[in-house]
Amino acid sequence: MLQEITTTRHNPHIDPFVHVWGWEIPIYLFLGGMVAGMMIISGYFLFSKRYKDTTCSCFTIPLIGVAFLSIGMFALFLDLEHKFYFWRLYTTFRISSPMSWGAWILVLVYPVIIVNFLINPPEIIVRRFPKLNLITSYINEHPKLIQNIGITNMLIGSALGIYTGILLSTMGARPLWNSSMLAVLFLVSGLSTAAAFVHMISKSQYEKELLAKADNGFLVIELFVIMLFLIGLSTSSAVHMNAARLLITGEYAPQFWTFVIGTGIILPLIIQLLAVNKKIKHNPIAPILVIIGGLILRFIIVYAGQYSHYINAHFK
Amino acid sequence: MARYGMVIDTKKCVGCMDCVVACKTENNVPEGYNRDWIVQVANGKFPYINLEIQSQRCNHCDNTPCVSCCPTGASHVHEIGKVVLVDHEVCIGCKACIAACPYDARFIHPDGYADKCTFCIHRVEKGELPACVSVCPTHCMYFGDLDDPNSEVSKLLASRKYHVLLPEAGTSPRIFYLI
Amino acid sequence: MNSISRRKFLKITGFTVGAATASTALGPIVKGAKKLEEKSIKGIKKIPTYCDICFWKCGAIAYVKDGILWKIEGNPDDPLSRGRLCPRGTGGIGAHFDPDRLRAPLIRTRKRGEEVWREVTWDEALDFIANKMKKIKEIYGPESVASFSHGIGGNFIKHMLKAYGAVNFAAPSFAQCRGPRDVGFELTFGENVGSPERTDIENTKCLVLIGSHLGENMHNSQVQEFAHAIENDATIIVVDPRFSIAASKAKYYLPIKPGTDIALLLAWMNVIVSEKLYDENYVRKYGFGFEQFSVEISQYTPEWAYPETGIKPDLIRITAREMAKNKPATIIHPGRHATWYGDDTQRSRAIALLNALLGSWGRKGGFFFPVSYSLPPYPYPPYPTPTKEKLDNPNNKYPFASEEITNGIREATITGKPYPIKGWFVYATNLIHALPNEEETIKAIQNLDLLVVIDVIPSEIAGWADVVLPETVYLERYDELHTSAFKEPFVGIRQPVVDPPADQKPNWWIAKKLAEKLGLGQYFPWNHIEEYLDYRLKAAGLSLEELKQKGIIKGQKQPIYIEEGIEPEFATPSGKIEFYSTQLLQAGFDPVPRYKRPQEPPAGYYRLLFGRAPVHSFSRTQSNPILMDMMDENEVWINYDIAQKWGIKTGQYIRLKNQDGIVSNKIKVKATERIRPDCVYLVHGFGHNSKMLKRAYQKGASDSQLITKYEIDPIMGGTGMNVNFVTFELEV
Ligand code: SF4
Ligand code: SF4
Ligand code: SF4
Repeated sequence: MLQEITTTRHNPHIDPFVHVWGWEIPIYLFLGGMVAGMMIISGYFLFSKRYKDTTCSCFTIPLIGVAFLSIGMFALFLDLEHKFYFWRLYTTFRISSPMSWGAWILVLVYPVIIVNFLINPPEIIVRRFPKLNLITSYINEHPKLIQNIGITNMLIGSALGIYTGILLSTMGARPLWNSSMLAVLFLVSGLSTAAAFVHMISKSQYEKELLAKADNGFLVIELFVIMLFLIGLSTSSAVHMNAARLLITGEYAPQFWTFVIGTGIILPLIIQLLAVNKKIKHNPIAPILVIIGGLILRFIIVYAGQYSHYINAHFK
Repeated sequence: MARYGMVIDTKKCVGCMDCVVACKTENNVPEGYNRDWIVQVANGKFPYINLEIQSQRCNHCDNTPCVSCCPTGASHVHEIGKVVLVDHEVCIGCKACIAACPYDARFIHPDGYADKCTFCIHRVEKGELPACVSVCPTHCMYFGDLDDPNSEVSKLLASRKYHVLLPEAGTSPRIFYLI
Repeated sequence: MNSISRRKFLKITGFTVGAATASTALGPIVKGAKKLEEKSIKGIKKIPTYCDICFWKCGAIAYVKDGILWKIEGNPDDPLSRGRLCPRGTGGIGAHFDPDRLRAPLIRTRKRGEEVWREVTWDEALDFIANKMKKIKEIYGPESVASFSHGIGGNFIKHMLKAYGAVNFAAPSFAQCRGPRDVGFELTFGENVGSPERTDIENTKCLVLIGSHLGENMHNSQVQEFAHAIENDATIIVVDPRFSIAASKAKYYLPIKPGTDIALLLAWMNVIVSEKLYDENYVRKYGFGFEQFSVEISQYTPEWAYPETGIKPDLIRITAREMAKNKPATIIHPGRHATWYGDDTQRSRAIALLNALLGSWGRKGGFFFPVSYSLPPYPYPPYPTPTKEKLDNPNNKYPFASEEITNGIREATITGKPYPIKGWFVYATNLIHALPNEEETIKAIQNLDLLVVIDVIPSEIAGWADVVLPETVYLERYDELHTSAFKEPFVGIRQPVVDPPADQKPNWWIAKKLAEKLGLGQYFPWNHIEEYLDYRLKAAGLSLEELKQKGIIKGQKQPIYIEEGIEPEFATPSGKIEFYSTQLLQAGFDPVPRYKRPQEPPAGYYRLLFGRAPVHSFSRTQSNPILMDMMDENEVWINYDIAQKWGIKTGQYIRLKNQDGIVSNKIKVKATERIRPDCVYLVHGFGHNSKMLKRAYQKGASDSQLITKYEIDPIMGGTGMNVNFVTFELEV
């Protein structure tokens, strides 16, 4: 035997390996990423003045986005151990803390989505709050404003998407997260799940088609990003190699290859390619798989990341 | 201004855990939790064994990922001795600092805040040594100002061989293990 | 250590950490503590006392914060603790908070051992005992009540029993522990090494530890001095089948085959004598029978010892020369728990002789001459004259037993010979774990009319008692004054720091009340122990008030080395250090130690060895919440290759089965390179089966349970216990 290491520490959720973040954080990161993707997609259509043909993306999605984001933030809230101190987040801004950035970005996300939503609020809501009509008509009288709302949505959405990755990637202590590719990965995955979501719920065949194509693009990019992410880690120090190994061949490999790569990317890609090429009809299976894949990706990255470790690496 | 650190002589430490017990009673650390702990690293094949015993705790790093990731400022570097502390009244328990610490030195106290070794700052401010240092029956722990070349810790570091934990993590830890 | 091996845990994904313990924070336990008088509540009070977690009796200062016990530190004035307690002492406050403590007197209502009780008042319990005692006295005589005790707290109980007329008093610390060592040294130097041991480790230049695992064994002052020796670059030589913590500090580690220590000691002496490396002047001046000794020793060459011990002749020579080079500041440590193989007195004598050759007895860096504070005794009336003799050692079967033999009393209780034993008082010693062969102990208990257990926790022996009396822990009571002989004379006091949480009473109160009920009130002429203490202190020109304030009062420094002018005296028949023991010869034993080859373990079996952990004392601390938090079960150390052969991994639970088919509780495996392949090791004190010890119940395995076989030392009656072999049962 080469080395025997024993420790007398036995802190809950720390030993034998760190597991301080349970389901709440992956849910939060997943929903945050998806909302980010939604904002970018709807922002893009607003900006490119195609919102008449993409009403779902542009006008239904923001409402859902607000709901998802709120669920996500609630999950985050649930994760806090000192819940009733959460307001402390908003008594300060810590420039070095991604979490602080995130807290403030979220504050910006809400008004931006809401303004987007107000471009074309659904009937029921207008009937209830007739005053909203004033804002809606004001916005609609200024097409430039709509374009600007689109740009803002894309910007803030990107910030949100990137933040969900940065939150983890700045944690130097967890080798698996030590890659700036993580920000790109979460952004792209956010886009692919958001596109899948629109694809799934849109009633317009045109929009469905459009989003399916976009999704295929995102999925291909995502595949590349994952590849780069893993290659990057695998060519770094031993601890990082060990971290990458967790996904490639290690403890998390089965879930990773099956749900993230297999049924989360490859399979929907094939289905959607067939659909786009009119070989089969558009169906909700592919987008659902994409969404599940995106969710599991967050779980795996959050769990395996906590598991990956400088110290553990020495015990292998 | 002082920069407190610890020098621990692994040649003398017997791994008795007195430091751990003393920390528990001094700081009322809840049952099942550790602010400090003992790691034993054995190498070799019987009977040719090398065994190093380390009393470990928060390293009060010079580069503090735990402080920089804290969204509320609860984790901070104290003005006295640059000791890394957590303000219980400000901590929201987001656990970012726990994920950020390569030594896993922190934990969530049952009362909901991030907790860890404080270098017994409440004792140090009164001119006493940290509980672990003052209890150790082998006198293997030394505490003092690393910036003062005449302090016991500085002198030991100047005269003896030592290592720190996970230097590759880039945190510049301030606990030094004499070998 | 109850350590987590990360290697193991890495493989268990989704392993849930002990989060369930999260809520049992120390806080809630503290809340259970009863507060001191309301007035004194705010602020921090420091009260000096001395520790009782082991017998070392370190001077301490307890801190009470807002009326609640907070922490305990060493008393800097105390020559033993030097301001630092050992981990057990530091965690000692847990004894006060222990939720499993005995709370009220109990009288058994069902069969012995079924642990069914009735809570009674002190009056009822003591009446019950007094009546039974009177009956025993009437029918069998007072000699038929025997006592087993451990520690200073037993003194008043023993006093009460002596007043009653009892003569049989024993403590497992003799025949199950240090007895052979003490006798071996007495036979050689006419004096034993005492407790605390008179080893001057602080100033030694060469320390040889034979199976003694300082650092895991936390006798405070010794460990402090051990670290000092390391710092001084003293040569440390460790002989142990297990790579102990001490071994990791050693310059030379000798991985000896268990049971062959005498061969190594003889070979060392052979080298030192044949190479004339011994202290010639010293040996000439103080030695007796050196000629015969050196003739005898000449046959034991390192080459002879090699196949026995597995230690290469070169290494034996080098280490012998190293010891000689540093003489007389060389200590071959006598150890403490010495009852290993039944030839332990001879092994201890060999250790004593090796020290004698190097001239370290009485020398700085060797064995100093301890000094103590002399306090006049309290003037009690004389005890009644017994009509029967002690029965632990009938016909002087073990001619050199210098204290009473526990197992002798047990034997007599079973056989009823030479006269029946009908009552046992057991004070603060868990006989079930302390004596080898549990079955015999239980058999003896069945012959009793009265078994009284006085203790702070419901240990296994309490489970067999007729009456259990709950004592206050040391932090809640006064005790006898502490005047151990050590490097300088001192008196230490134990005094109450906090109130007991329930109806527990101190031993002096129990003894006094019982004496009164027995009509022996005249033996306790004082009303409160403070009067007793005050009397004794005043008689020595000291004051109780001052001692209560300081905790320790030191006397004049006195010379403790030959170098300081002491002229040594040896209370042996020859008045000298007996290299050759005529008294042993006359009694039919070897005058110079001889080696006897130990029995080999059968195939698939491994010798069972046991030792100490730094955070526990015997089987008495496993319900202390703080110490259990440090280590809540023991592990069985198995050589890594052997474990692999069995397909056993670290962290896995197995059971141990001994040669007589006794199977242990389940125990966690530590597969390690740190032990020889022919033995296994575990920390003593775990594997409790007393249901009342909720925290400790069935945690880890008990070595005592597996020690069904023991080898009696014919010289003094000690029970050698390292003669049991175990195999593994993988089904748990
Ligand atoms: S108290 Fe001292 S000797 Fe004991 S484990 Fe801690 S540092 Fe080591
Ligand atoms: S050891 Fe961990 S918690 Fe302590 S200062 Fe360093 S990074 Fe922060
Ligand atoms: S050695 Fe430890 S347990 Fe024993 S008396 Fe001293 S401090 Fe107490």
